[in-house]
Amino acid sequence: MSGINDFIDNEVKSNDVVLFMKGTPQFPQCGFSGQVVQMLDYIGVDYKGINVLADADLRQGIKDYSNWPTIPQLYIKGEFIGGCDIVREMFQAGELQSHFEEQGIAVKGAA
Amino acid sequence: MSLQSRIETKLNAAFSPERLMVINESHLHAGHHPDIDGNGETHMRIRIVSRAFAGMSRVARHRAINDLLKAEFEAGLHALAVEPAVPGETTRW
Repeated sequence: MSGINDFIDNEVKSNDVVLFMKGTPQFPQCGFSGQVVQMLDYIGVDYKGINVLADADLRQGIKDYSNWPTIPQLYIKGEFIGGCDIVREMFQAGELQSHFEEQGIAVKGAA
Repeated sequence: MSLQSRIETKLNAAFSPERLMVINESHLHAGHHPDIDGNGETHMRIRIVSRAFAGMSRVARHRAINDLLKAEFEAGLHALAVEPAVPGETTRW
C-alpha cells in the first residue's frame, strides 16, 4: 500500500495537472471520466491521465489517498480539486479556467 | 429497504434538507461493466438543498455526503453524482 501511496503522491506532486480516471484521455471507459476529459480538452490544458483500471492497487489506492470514494479525481498543482460534479460546476462557472490561470498553468483556449 | 430509501433516510436525518431527490440512474449504465446489468442500485444521483452546507466548500459538501454514505460505498455503491446547494443557490432541477 505504501508503494502505491508513494507512486500517487509522486504523480500528484510532479505534474501540474493530473487526472486519475477510468480508461485513457484517448479512450475513456466511464462517462464521468469522459466528461472531465472533454472539459480539460476544451480548456486546452496539458494534463496527465492515469488509468486506474490498469491496476487494482491503484484503483483502491487513489480512493485512500484522497479519502474520496469515486473516480475520476482531478489534481492541480498537488491539490485535490474534486470529481466530475465539482469539475463541471467549476467549469460552468468559469472557475476552472481562472484557477488554471491563477496557478500559472497555460491554457490554449477552445481548440 | 432499498438503497435509494436508505440514502434518503440518512440524508433527511443528517441535513434536514429543504429539497431532496435521490435518483437511481443504474439503468443508464447497464452493460458498461461486466458486473453491472442496470437492474441494481449501483449508480445514484443526489440532489439536495440544505442550510447545513452553508459556508462549506464544494469538496467539503461532497465529503460530508460521502462520509455519511461510507457503508453504502463499501456495500457496492459504484457511482454517486452529487448536486448540493444551500437555499438561494442556483439549482437546475
